Amino acid sequence: MERLTPVAPRAPGRWQIATVASIKAETPSVKSYRLALPMWMPHLPGQHYDVRLTAPDGYVAQRSYSVASSPLDEGEIELTIDCLADGEVSPYFHDVVEEGDQVEVRGPFASYFVWRGTEPAPVVLVGGGSGVVPLMAMLRHRRRNMPEIDMRLVYSVRTAADVIYAAELDDDTVLTFTREPPAGWSGHTGRLDAGLIGAAAADAMAAYVCGSNGFVETASMLLLEAGLKAEWIRTERFGPTG
Amino acid sequence: MALFSRGFSGGRRVPPELADRVPPGQYVEHGFPVLTAGPTPRVDPDEWGLRIDGMVAEPRRWTAAQFRELPSEAVPCDIHCVTKWSKLGTSFTGVSVDVLLDAVEPLGPYAMAYSYGDYTTNLAIEDLSDGKAWVVTEHEGEPLAREHGGPARLLVPHLYFWKSAKWVAGLRIMDHDEPGFWETNGYHNRGDPWKEERYWND
Repeated sequence: MERLTPVAPRAPGRWQIATVASIKAETPSVKSYRLALPMWMPHLPGQHYDVRLTAPDGYVAQRSYSVASSPLDEGEIELTIDCLADGEVSPYFHDVVEEGDQVEVRGPFASYFVWRGTEPAPVVLVGGGSGVVPLMAMLRHRRRNMPEIDMRLVYSVRTAADVIYAAELDDDTVLTFTREPPAGWSGHTGRLDAGLIGAAAADAMAAYVCGSNGFVETASMLLLEAGLKAEWIRTERFGPTG
Repeated sequence: MALFSRGFSGGRRVPPELADRVPPGQYVEHGFPVLTAGPTPRVDPDEWGLRIDGMVAEPRRWTAAQFRELPSEAVPCDIHCVTKWSKLGTSFTGVSVDVLLDAVEPLGPYAMAYSYGDYTTNLAIEDLSDGKAWVVTEHEGEPLAREHGGPARLLVPHLYFWKSAKWVAGLRIMDHDEPGFWETNGYHNRGDPWKEERYWND
């Protein structure tokens, strides 16, 4: 008798039907979706998947989302999606998608804004808002697989309510609140500055920066001033994605 | 076979009169997003120059002042970014790559565009000639902003926009094809948005 489950084709890029295994509300506007993939393959932390939605009349919308999970989570990926008011894919995820639903995805894609573990260390990650998502894949993977590598995260958020992955942030993370720090907060407040980046990037050899274009411009300027080489500052800027 | 998405109707559909200008999988964006893989290079507009070298009869470099003397034209176009947004009805001003190639006489069928800050992207001469590509210095009547590639970028609107190299410094003409920066990092070698050539296996 033939096997009923064929060997999964593993070439990245084929559309496959993922099943939503679980949904976690991270903040009022951000949710993380664990997707089970029939043709899963390990991604590099920092890579993204494309998501495709199809309406009954055949209309299709596609967007790209960074993977937030470590590739050690076999068979699954986690996508963390920020709901954008004028978007069409992110509001669908937030308002409609439930556990057990199916969505079409393909990936993993792009191999520049990735952390393999072979880059020079220490590594500093700088994330603004939901720009933390691909950086979290790197941090999670480092914690589980390469804890000896020095990696720190600088994470800029508006208020305490906007902190994604709040329960997982440890002493490898420095937070700064740009709008309103929580009561009793004695850490950093305000936007990125030379003091904050200078301290976090001291002796750092590689940096990954993700956030809005303005955030990334500021962060990469500060990293250059802190002595990082331009070729070791990798950036990912939000295009509008909704 | 496509999976229909339960409860999805599509909240950002393109108006029917524009539908034939939006390639598959794209949506219309009214802003002009910035996507760059590293820090934004600073190129002094007076120091900028454009070189065409490699397999050519006569390598050439135009200084900024010499470049300004070349015939320039307005280029109304639609642009399509592989990250899914398209910007319709925008315009740039610059010099046709035909003018530049005529001056050097290319001897190979491929080119590598290279930029200040080490970015590269590969193109066939066929995609750079016959009124399909420009080196532009203005966007919608203003000097091209630094974050969008100023002082000058390549403009190849019929391909995904990563082919339109920002901060362009030159074209190296080659007898063979060779992948550039994004083409090495998982993106399609040619990048035709109408064929949805986004990634390696597309």
